[in-house]
Amino acid sequence: MSVRNAIRLGDGAAMLMRAGLAAAFIVLTSSLSFAGPAIQRVKSPGGIEAWLVEDHSVPVVAMRMAFRGGSAEDPPDRLGLANVVAGMLDEGAGDLDAQAFRTRLDDNSIALGFEDSRDLFTGYVKTLSVNRDLAFELMALALTKPRFDAEPIDRIRSAILARLKRQTGDPDYLASRLWWSKAFPATPYGRPPDGTVETVSKIDAGDLRGFVERRLARDNLFIGVVGDITAEQLAPALDRVFGGLPARAQPVALGDVRPSTAGNIFMMDRQNPQSVIVFGEAGLKRNDPDYYAAFVMNHILGGGSFSSRLYREVREKRGLAYSVYSYLSPLDEAGLIMGGVATENSRVAETIATVRDVWRSMPLTGATATELSEAKSYLTGSFALQFDNTDHIARLLVSIQLDDLGIDYIDRRNDLIAAVTQQDVLRVARRVLDAKSLTFAVVGQPQGLPADSIAEKNVE
Amino acid sequence: MIPRHRVFAFFAAMVGMAAIATRADAAVFNPRTFTMANGMQVVVVENHRIPAVTHMVWYKAGAADEPRGKSGVAHYLEHLMFKGTRIYGPGEFSRRVAVNGGRENAFTSYDYTAYHQTVARERLELVMKLEADRMTNLTLTPKLAKPELQVVLEERRARIENEPAAQLDEQVRAALFVHHPYGIPVIGWEPEIKELTARDALAFYRARYAPNNAILVIAGDITLEQVKPLAEKYYGAIPARPIAPRMRGIEPAPIAMRRVVLESPRARRPSFSRSYLAPSYRMGEPDQAYALALLSEILGGGGTSRFYRSLVIEQRLAVGAGTGYDPDVRDLSRFVIHVSPREGVELPAIEAAVDAEIARLLAEGVSEDEVDRAKKRLQASAIYARDSLQTGARVLGATLAVDGTIADVEAWPERIGAVTPAQVTEAARRVLQPARSVTGFLIPGGRS
Repeated sequence: MSVRNAIRLGDGAAMLMRAGLAAAFIVLTSSLSFAGPAIQRVKSPGGIEAWLVEDHSVPVVAMRMAFRGGSAEDPPDRLGLANVVAGMLDEGAGDLDAQAFRTRLDDNSIALGFEDSRDLFTGYVKTLSVNRDLAFELMALALTKPRFDAEPIDRIRSAILARLKRQTGDPDYLASRLWWSKAFPATPYGRPPDGTVETVSKIDAGDLRGFVERRLARDNLFIGVVGDITAEQLAPALDRVFGGLPARAQPVALGDVRPSTAGNIFMMDRQNPQSVIVFGEAGLKRNDPDYYAAFVMNHILGGGSFSSRLYREVREKRGLAYSVYSYLSPLDEAGLIMGGVATENSRVAETIATVRDVWRSMPLTGATATELSEAKSYLTGSFALQFDNTDHIARLLVSIQLDDLGIDYIDRRNDLIAAVTQQDVLRVARRVLDAKSLTFAVVGQPQGLPADSIAEKNVE
Repeated sequence: MIPRHRVFAFFAAMVGMAAIATRADAAVFNPRTFTMANGMQVVVVENHRIPAVTHMVWYKAGAADEPRGKSGVAHYLEHLMFKGTRIYGPGEFSRRVAVNGGRENAFTSYDYTAYHQTVARERLELVMKLEADRMTNLTLTPKLAKPELQVVLEERRARIENEPAAQLDEQVRAALFVHHPYGIPVIGWEPEIKELTARDALAFYRARYAPNNAILVIAGDITLEQVKPLAEKYYGAIPARPIAPRMRGIEPAPIAMRRVVLESPRARRPSFSRSYLAPSYRMGEPDQAYALALLSEILGGGGTSRFYRSLVIEQRLAVGAGTGYDPDVRDLSRFVIHVSPREGVELPAIEAAVDAEIARLLAEGVSEDEVDRAKKRLQASAIYARDSLQTGARVLGATLAVDGTIADVEAWPERIGAVTPAQVTEAARRVLQPARSVTGFLIPGGRS
């Protein structure tokens, strides 16, 4: 799940797409000031809170919600459960069977669906404002009265099994799986988030009901709403959508999930003309005091799309790859700094050596004054560009709550970036980057790898 | 959008969606326009949600305009456009945009190449100055151009060679267009990419990049009155140059049903596709294109569509089924059906089920209710399209670059609304004919 790992919102996020553009959603410059959207804290009569940004310029409303706890909490013999639930909640609820439910959505142009990541289970609904009540009603049904009929379970499970099988031939998927399984052996983060053919085949309606009862509740819920709706309209709607959820979730403790990276190169032989490479090591969690310094440092290292050191050394100077990047991946229970690149089999050794050199030099030299000022200028300047549509803003509202950054975060965020000094970058580079523990997973037929590389036949 | 320099092999689908996604109530984007003395058209779409603008320059120069034997040169040039000019050194363009808090990228399709930046309103002048500079002042040395060719080859490996499904689709296109360059991949054929030089890129640049062959589209927190003096200052000062007409040849009428089979040991799952040569908004029988957009929605638009209901839910033959149709191209388009079979179901059984569904469609036609529902969805998508800074700029730019008009975009919801069920049925009967088709099978196995 190379994409999935990376989907974590807010600043730290950076990587959305595995193909190149690391800094996909960051944006304005130091000399420009930008007033962020005004966020209202809306509380329903029943005590459910949502953050709202009103915007009546287009007759559209977007709502996003996240429940803490994702696929990492799936039982070991039911791996992929969160993913099956995500596929099933919009397949019939209340009196509406799957086709009736989908027809209501399609005929009214309502987008409604669910996604899972390692740490979260998220939902979204986007509608024209004229259909707002209906859209919210369908979301309430999906969350609190899912039917889990036999036909859609069989259909959705078949589709997931087909995807799992297809992925066993996909070098991107395999490289990611290989890396995670080695970095988190025998821990929840090391397991396949979407499960295996064996575990998914076993999942039945009882498992799905159990998930909904135990994991979707009001106390692990975070809501962001954006668009053509007022606080007065939203408050009672929150009770209608979420009031039927149980008060408390029953989270599963993940235990010790520190990554173990010892600088190995793992490789899996597959007949691709191009090897896909995933690399990474331990990083920082989102609440670490050095997080902003690490964020800026990573931008210089491999986060800045067309300006980073990795981009310059790997792509521009040597033409080794189309896409090369690094990003911070702050999970709930472990921080990571990760990256990716893909290159012709004959050039894998040179590519890995180049990445390692870049990794090694940052803690020695830190960032130059120019690198730092240009990075800060980009990161602060571009921040506001992500507020250009309702979905992006709703995502940000949810992630600010999840990361407990405060309702004034948008106004403070650029100051936090601007305060990072060269000394901070050097300190955090020394703390985080260790070329000797940077661990690689390579899928393809790489040539010239060091003799101590470890060959793997398969990965779960 | 995706990373810098993304090749739009599947741009079809994307713009198709965006375009569909974009036009629905009386007027859609309400753009304003003027044309400068040198022939460059300027389009402004106001959107005041944030104090920012998206600035795009579209050249009517795409992969289908390449000289024979130089496939991939349009896309290679797009990469090289970031390598410096007489005034700004290599990488300087991107550095200045980034330091000013801007996001930027570029993309190449069959019909156009576009460069775009999103910046704070106050920075618009800066990006106009930079973009206008590289319209005429590009300099290329072999030293800079050579490593970039390796980058393009890696891009091709990542997108095509490493992806059996993409390899098959490349072959399907090549079979579908027997003569027209839409059968050549946008990124180019590997042996020809390898031979491209800086000189080839510069020749394409000089032949196609000029103000009279470009469109400037600006969307965001700005008015036409504010844009005009800046556009005149930076782009208006560039003299027009003669541009040769686009010579793409004329696709002959299709007469033979074709079948393309790719056996790949790297494919772990089979898949089925069926492509039909189809009209676009501008070629063939353009009126049918609106009917086909509705047909695509009826047959393959999501979980309540005909193919999904029949093949996935009722007959339990497939795990996924859908359609794709992008009428917003300059020449002919294609109408595609794709199906992912259930475990254990063979491709011939899928093909038979698809053919049966098509036979039923051609015999019985579509119902008024189906057409009404599809219209409603397409028209609603035009409202959603306004919920973004970039969509309007993209749809207008893409339409103008294929010789469509602003009126085509603004009247789209109305034209969709005017289509009758009889016209949808008639379009299906004209287009969904075996002789117009290429069937693609991806089969796991074989040797690489």
